[in-house]
Amino acid sequence: MTDLTNLTLAAARDGLAKGDYTSVELTEAHIAAMASQRDLNAFITETPEKAIEMARASDAKRAKGDVGKMEGLPIAVKDLFCTEGVQTTAASHILEGFIPQYESTVTANLFGNGAVMLGKSNLDEFAMGSANVTSYFGNVINPWKAADGKNLVPGGSSGGSAAAVAGRMALAATGTDTGGSIRQPAAFCGIVGLKPTYGRCSRWGVVAFASSLDQAGPMTRSVRDAAIMLGAMAGHDPKDSTSAPMAVPDFEAALTGDIRGMKIGIPKEYRVDGMPDEIARLWDDGVAMLRDAGASVVDISLPHTKYALPTYYIVAPAEASSNLARYDGVRFGLREVAEGDSLDDLYMKTRAAGFGKEVQRRIMIGTYVLSAGYYDAYYNKALKVRRRIYEDFANAFGTVDAVLTPTAPSAAFAIGENQDDPVKMYLNDVFTVPASLAGLPGMSLPTGLSASGLPLGLQLIGKPFDEETVLRVGGVLESAAGFTAKPAGLEG
Amino acid sequence: MSSLDKETVRKIAFLSRIEVAEDALGELAGDLTRILDFIEELQEVDVEGAAPLTSVADLTLPLRKDEVTDGNIQQKVLANAPLTDAGCFVVPKVVE
Repeated sequence: MTDLTNLTLAAARDGLAKGDYTSVELTEAHIAAMASQRDLNAFITETPEKAIEMARASDAKRAKGDVGKMEGLPIAVKDLFCTEGVQTTAASHILEGFIPQYESTVTANLFGNGAVMLGKSNLDEFAMGSANVTSYFGNVINPWKAADGKNLVPGGSSGGSAAAVAGRMALAATGTDTGGSIRQPAAFCGIVGLKPTYGRCSRWGVVAFASSLDQAGPMTRSVRDAAIMLGAMAGHDPKDSTSAPMAVPDFEAALTGDIRGMKIGIPKEYRVDGMPDEIARLWDDGVAMLRDAGASVVDISLPHTKYALPTYYIVAPAEASSNLARYDGVRFGLREVAEGDSLDDLYMKTRAAGFGKEVQRRIMIGTYVLSAGYYDAYYNKALKVRRRIYEDFANAFGTVDAVLTPTAPSAAFAIGENQDDPVKMYLNDVFTVPASLAGLPGMSLPTGLSASGLPLGLQLIGKPFDEETVLRVGGVLESAAGFTAKPAGLEG
Repeated sequence: MSSLDKETVRKIAFLSRIEVAEDALGELAGDLTRILDFIEELQEVDVEGAAPLTSVADLTLPLRKDEVTDGNIQQKVLANAPLTDAGCFVVPKVVE
C-alpha cells in the first residue's frame, strides 16, 4: 500500500486539482495494489491497459480545464454493469466471454464524469448471495482476517467491490443492491455502502436480477465519498422507465454536520431474538452518538418487519425466474447441445451447465410461486405483504426523519459457514431487506469492531429520494464513531 | 408445511428449462422444501384490503413517439451469439 492508495475520493480529488500527482500516477498505484492482492480474488477481469488509457485521457482533459465530478479517480466496477468492449459475466459461467456492445448508463455517467475503471469486480452469481461464495470465478476473500487467521467472506453480493475498496485496490467501487448487496458487504468489510432510492440510478445496462428491487450505488471509504460518487452515478434516464425524472441534488452539500432537532427512529422489531450482545451494543452506541449530536431519538414500530425476508424470497426469485429466461444458449453466452437435440434440450442443458446451484434454486422457486395454482397463494400474497411493509415505513416517516438499525446480524464469518442450508444464508439480510422492499435509501457505515476485531456497521434508512438526510446523519455518525481501523497489513 | 416430491421438482425443473439429473432430484427437493417452509410464514399475515405492490416507482409509464430510434446494428446484435449463419441466430430444427 502506498499513500496514493490510502486516500479518500475527496482527498484524491483535491490532490489532483492541486497537481500533487496525476491520474496516471494514482491509477498506476492502484494497478499495483490490485496485482499484489490477487489472492483475494476481488476482480474477475482486471483492465490495467484501459485504466492507463482512461487516466491519460483524464489528465489531458484536466489540462484543458475540463474537470468532471470524478475526474481521474480510479474505481472498480461490479461485474454486473455492462461495459462496452469489456467482458461482463455477472459471475456466471453462462455469460463467460460475453462482451457487451454497449455501456450501462451508470458507468457511462461515471466515465463521463472522469472516473477511471481499474477492472470488473467479483460478485455472487447474478448478485444472488450474501457471502460471495456463489461466483463461478471463485470466492472473494475479505481483506480482514479472523483472529485465528482464517479466511472470511466479504459479504455479498458486491463482495469483490467491498474487498477492493477495503483492501485499498480501488478508491471506490460501484455496487448493486437488491436485498442488501451493497450494505451487508460494506458492513463486513468496514466501508461505507449506499443503496439509493429505487429509481435514483438507472438500471439500464445492469444485468437484471429482480427488476423491482435492483438499484446501483456507491461503495466508498467515507460518507463524503459516497455523496460525491452518487452524484456522478445518478440521474434520470429515458432508457429505464422506472428511472425517476428528478434532478440530482448536490449530495455533498447535505453534509452540514448539523442534525440538531432531527428525529431518528429506532424500530423495536429489529431487536430480534438472539441478537448478539455486540450488535445490540453497537446499535445503542449509535443511538447515544446521535443523541449527543442533538437529534431526538424516537421508538417506532415497523410491525411487518419479520415478514420482509419471506416476502423477499418470493418476490426476488419470481422476478429472477422471468429475467433469467433470456439465457437460452441462442443469442449470447454459453450453449450446450448435442447432435440431434431438440430446442428444449438445448435450453435445458445450457441452463443446467451455465447456472450455479443457488441461481438454479432461485429460478425454480420463482417458477413455482408464479405457476398456475400457486400464484395467488405465494406471489400475490407476497405483493400484498410488501404493501404492508411499505406502509409501515410510510407511517414511521410521518414522525421521523431517518431510521437507525444494525446492518447485519453478525460480523463477517468464515468461508464455508452458513452454506449447509440456503435459508441460513438468507438470514444475513434480515435488516437490509425491508428497506429494499419499500424502495428506500439505506446506507451502511462502519461504527465499531466486534470482540474479534472485525468491523461492524450501522444502517441509516431515509425517506424516498431523501439520500441527503441519510448522508447528513451518516456524516455525523461517522465523525462521532471515528472508525479508523484497517485490515491487518494495511495499517499506517 | 409443504413438502415437494421428486415428481413436482421434475415438473418445476422442466418449467424452468433446467436439466436436473435423476439422482439430484432428492437433494433439490429438500432444499426447495426448506425455502418453501420459510416463506410459508406469510400465510399468517392479514392482508385484507392491501393492494398488491408490484413496484414502488410512483410513475405512470412514460410514452414516447412510436418511431425507430436505432437499427442497422446487425453485427452488434450477433456479436455474442454462440452460432450464427447468414446474419441469423441458429437453433436446432424446430419444425419437422
